[in-house]
Amino acid sequence: MKEFFKHLRYVLTENPVTLIAGGLFLTLVVIAIAGPVLVPYDPLASNASQTLKPPSWDHWFGTDQLGRDVFSRVLIATRLDLAIAVSAVAISFVVGSVIGALAGFFGGWTDRVVGRLTDTIMAFPLFVLAMGIVAAMGNTVENIVYATAIINLPFYARVARTEVNVRRNADFVLAARLAGNSSLRLLATHIYPNTLPPMMVQVSLNMGWAILNAAGLSFIGLGVRPPTAEWGIMVAEGAGYIVSGEWWLALFPGAALMLAVFCFNLLGDGLRDLIDPRRRT
Amino acid sequence: MNGNGKLRMIIGRLGQSIPSVIGIIIVTFVLTRALPGDPAVYFAGPAATPESIQQIRESLGLDKSWPEQFLLYVRDLATGDLGVSISTGFPVAEELLRRLPASLELTLLALIFSISVALPLGIAAATRPNTWVDQLCRLIVTAGVSLPVFFTGLFMVYIFYYLLGIAPSPLGRLDIIYLSPPQVTGFYTIDALLDGDLELFGAALAQLIMPAVTLGTFTLAPLARMTRGAMLQVLSSDFIRTARASGLKRSTVLYTYAFRNALLPILTTLGMVFSFMLGSNVLVEKVFAWPGIGSFAIEALIVSDYVAVQGFVLAMALLYVALNLTIDILYTLVDPRVGLDS
Amino acid sequence: MRRRDFIKTVGVAVGASAIPFLRHLPAHAAGRGDTLVVVTGNGPNSMDIQRKGTNRPAYQIAVNLYDRLVGYGTKTLEDGTMMYDYQKLEPEVAESWEVAADGMSISFKIRDGATFWDGSPITAQDVKWSFDRAVSLGGFPTVQMKAGSLEKPEQFEAVDDKTFVIKLLRKSKLTLPDLGVPVPIIFNSKVAKANATADDPWATEFLHRTPAGGGAFMLERWEPGQQTVYTRYDDWKNGDLPGVKRVIIREIPSASTRRALLERGDADVSLDLPPKDFAELQKSGKFTINAAPIENSLAAIGLNLTFEPFKNKLVRQAIAYSVPYDQIFKQAAFERGIPMWGGKSFTPATIEWPQPFPYDTDYDKAKSLLQEAGYADGFDVPLSFNLGLAQWSEPMCLLLQESLAKVGIKATIDKIPGANWRTAALVEKKLPMHVKNFGGWLNYPDYYSFWVYQKDRLFNSMNYHNEEVEKLTDLTLHLEVDDPQYEPNIKKLLTIFFDEVPLIPIYQPYLDVATQKSVTGYEYYFHRQLDCRSFKKATA
Repeated sequence: MKEFFKHLRYVLTENPVTLIAGGLFLTLVVIAIAGPVLVPYDPLASNASQTLKPPSWDHWFGTDQLGRDVFSRVLIATRLDLAIAVSAVAISFVVGSVIGALAGFFGGWTDRVVGRLTDTIMAFPLFVLAMGIVAAMGNTVENIVYATAIINLPFYARVARTEVNVRRNADFVLAARLAGNSSLRLLATHIYPNTLPPMMVQVSLNMGWAILNAAGLSFIGLGVRPPTAEWGIMVAEGAGYIVSGEWWLALFPGAALMLAVFCFNLLGDGLRDLIDPRRRT
Repeated sequence: MNGNGKLRMIIGRLGQSIPSVIGIIIVTFVLTRALPGDPAVYFAGPAATPESIQQIRESLGLDKSWPEQFLLYVRDLATGDLGVSISTGFPVAEELLRRLPASLELTLLALIFSISVALPLGIAAATRPNTWVDQLCRLIVTAGVSLPVFFTGLFMVYIFYYLLGIAPSPLGRLDIIYLSPPQVTGFYTIDALLDGDLELFGAALAQLIMPAVTLGTFTLAPLARMTRGAMLQVLSSDFIRTARASGLKRSTVLYTYAFRNALLPILTTLGMVFSFMLGSNVLVEKVFAWPGIGSFAIEALIVSDYVAVQGFVLAMALLYVALNLTIDILYTLVDPRVGLDS
Repeated sequence: MRRRDFIKTVGVAVGASAIPFLRHLPAHAAGRGDTLVVVTGNGPNSMDIQRKGTNRPAYQIAVNLYDRLVGYGTKTLEDGTMMYDYQKLEPEVAESWEVAADGMSISFKIRDGATFWDGSPITAQDVKWSFDRAVSLGGFPTVQMKAGSLEKPEQFEAVDDKTFVIKLLRKSKLTLPDLGVPVPIIFNSKVAKANATADDPWATEFLHRTPAGGGAFMLERWEPGQQTVYTRYDDWKNGDLPGVKRVIIREIPSASTRRALLERGDADVSLDLPPKDFAELQKSGKFTINAAPIENSLAAIGLNLTFEPFKNKLVRQAIAYSVPYDQIFKQAAFERGIPMWGGKSFTPATIEWPQPFPYDTDYDKAKSLLQEAGYADGFDVPLSFNLGLAQWSEPMCLLLQESLAKVGIKATIDKIPGANWRTAALVEKKLPMHVKNFGGWLNYPDYYSFWVYQKDRLFNSMNYHNEEVEKLTDLTLHLEVDDPQYEPNIKKLLTIFFDEVPLIPIYQPYLDVATQKSVTGYEYYFHRQLDCRSFKKATA
């Protein structure tokens, strides 16, 4: 453990960028949790006398067509955007790592089935597949989560499969096997936990992508139900106002989106250094 | 390994992709049949009666059961027939072929942009690992992959076209005052050059720049990272040390020896990046009104034109499989270390 | 000097500009006098209006590239906007026509010297072939022909090259006007037949891609999804020669780009902008905004009577009193329309249509009505709109949602993708509360009632059914407007609409078209497409 913290301190001091990203991440989490308390205005309330006002002291990010405060909407959207990404990644992590681990451990036809499944998913243009899934299953936030989870599944399955495969015949596993552990037990208690660190790296790298994917889907009009605030749909709606000079409608939610994704990507990089310094590329 | 072994291996690899293709066909079929909206209702027009809707449903074959429809679909596919797009009335294969050059031209230019930025960045980072140069490179490529393409695209249009007026209007492949060059390759830039029309070449290129940069920025990260990684590995290898020790010039060592040896993994990444870009430029095409296959897919999805969606997804998936296959095979042919047993 | 000659002379004088075929037009194409640049959101998906699945933007092909036997006249509105005159028919391919003494046939004389683009004369046989085609293909063209009692090929006879006769099945005031709509276009039957096959006797595959006619414009190029380019047919004899030589119609999916193109002078005409943009462009004073109220059309809220609370008239009225009319009109519609609320009385004074309904925003009244109906605590209801019309329907729904909350009704907003809208709203009729924007081609309240209020009609997405409405609509639909029976019965009908409110109108929308100041001659048509023949452009 001590060794780990030493390494952590080394990584952070060596790499101030990760430190900044970590700070940003904490801020995002705080906003996501405390958002409703922090907002200066009701993010859903219209105000007929304050429509399309540029940023000012009263409205830091200006107001939209209905007079709603853009700052409040951007803050409140943090929770939804993070929630979509976290749950999508969580689902693909759990499902993907389990089927990947099974494939890697048992090999044979299990491996082939899982292999074909992931190959098939990977063969599609992923964003288009996600679009198709949401369009076919119905236009809801839950389906955005499922679609994002499905297209991320292969990455986890593959990592898990490889990690389990290399450990399958490791000495400590053979030792445990000789001690009379059943196969599944062996997998669950001895091998699977060891695959978690590399999987965690995958998770943090994947988060940013999941946010972008969900925002992209809602940008083309799929998923989020008005008046719910969500960064992607806010950019999409704001896009129509840029030419008439109301740039703030798209700029601020877009910048928030960018910042969040940036933060997760940097964090993922940092995490990789921390957990697996050899693999840093 | 002898040539025969390689051939056998290639055939084996081809065989492996067959289950994938079958999976793709099934998934595509099920997904597109589950699309909401009844195409028969949509195409029966504004003054539809229940009879005319039924009539159209029959003429589209939608009154048959799913298994029956699937068999018919597979039979058509076997003859290379992707069906006729319901919304445009043209054969889907023809639509895709007409639009593919637009997407390919954009993707290739984006790739060129991406390579010309990512490779120097990756090499710079690899030669000075863990310095501020390395950190900066990393920051740049991470920022690139964090940009929502629809957002950056929009603001580039606003700033460079609307405010500054230096970029051409975001009208797709050519500005309003130009008509397309006679078709040879389908790439407007190349066709314009073949036609000897430099002005048109410039115009076509100008339209390409903003979408290509938007798309290319997104793929800087994998390329730069792979370059950095591969270079680091090669630079720490014995033969480079030997080369250095024998007093060769730094640049000779770097480019002639190290970079050449790092090329193979970079090329593999390049192939993956290319197929990834081709499929994921849907949003870029939408923002820049680019008449490629991505925007075709979105429009088809909006009107529930399942024939077109099906054709598009299938074509893309098969393209992926073919590309990956080609990369694998090339890799096998080029790299003697990769063998059957790996 | 006749106008056509005048234009010809000027054309030649200005017109070293006659460039046979250009790869590029000189810079600032929009500034040129002989080329009209139009930007629009959607383009045609076929060159043949009679094809199955042809979209609305393709109607413009029928209008500009083909001729009909007759066309409509023109009238000018008070604000200077020109619109078609339904009452007045003008010759097109038919030089003149004559109704037989018994009223059971009409004989048309084909114009002398009128030719198709390939130079061959337009004959009665071409007309016969074209009409046979329209009534035989099925689907939209056949339905539209039927509206004018044109139902089977035996009705049409080419007596000789220049005489075409329609035998009527019944006397109908709609037969002649129906010949002027975009559907009964005249094809060059020799070209079409040469490209027909045994499987495809009406040459649908050929005409889908290649127009074959003799209209005022010829097709120069068509790149589906990108652009359509017309060139003028200089030997056109069937009307005044168009004022522009070439029309470029560019498809630009983004509305804000369409606005930018107009503002930067790259486009002459910009279509399909959101109401906000038209309001701002008009305010800037730099452009001409042609705003014609869309005939027989209402932006409205539909209440579905299969939804339990809406079965009660009092609840429907309560909703009608909870709509924030003024706010919606200003913030969602940007005042691009005519208000349809705040009428004076529950008994209509005139039969004008559409006319304001007697409701206004009044939350107290709404609350007491809800209480009376037994819904004092309100209820939950989904509120749906078509994603394709989000520009104005989304703010409309958001404002309505907020207002409904004030009387205790909790609405959740559902965006329905365009592909699914027709199925969900019109065919399955399963949306409890939804935004409607139906508009009827023929401008009568009974016609609107026929489509929207009568039982089981496609656009009766409210599942409304009232025996009295059935009876009154059937009665008035065929009556002449000056029939003594017409006015009192229409008033009865409107009284029911007012009182029962299954449909809550908010405003009658405008069809807005923005043009550069140098462009004149825009004319509103019920088909809502550009008739490029009447456009003129001042040379800069």
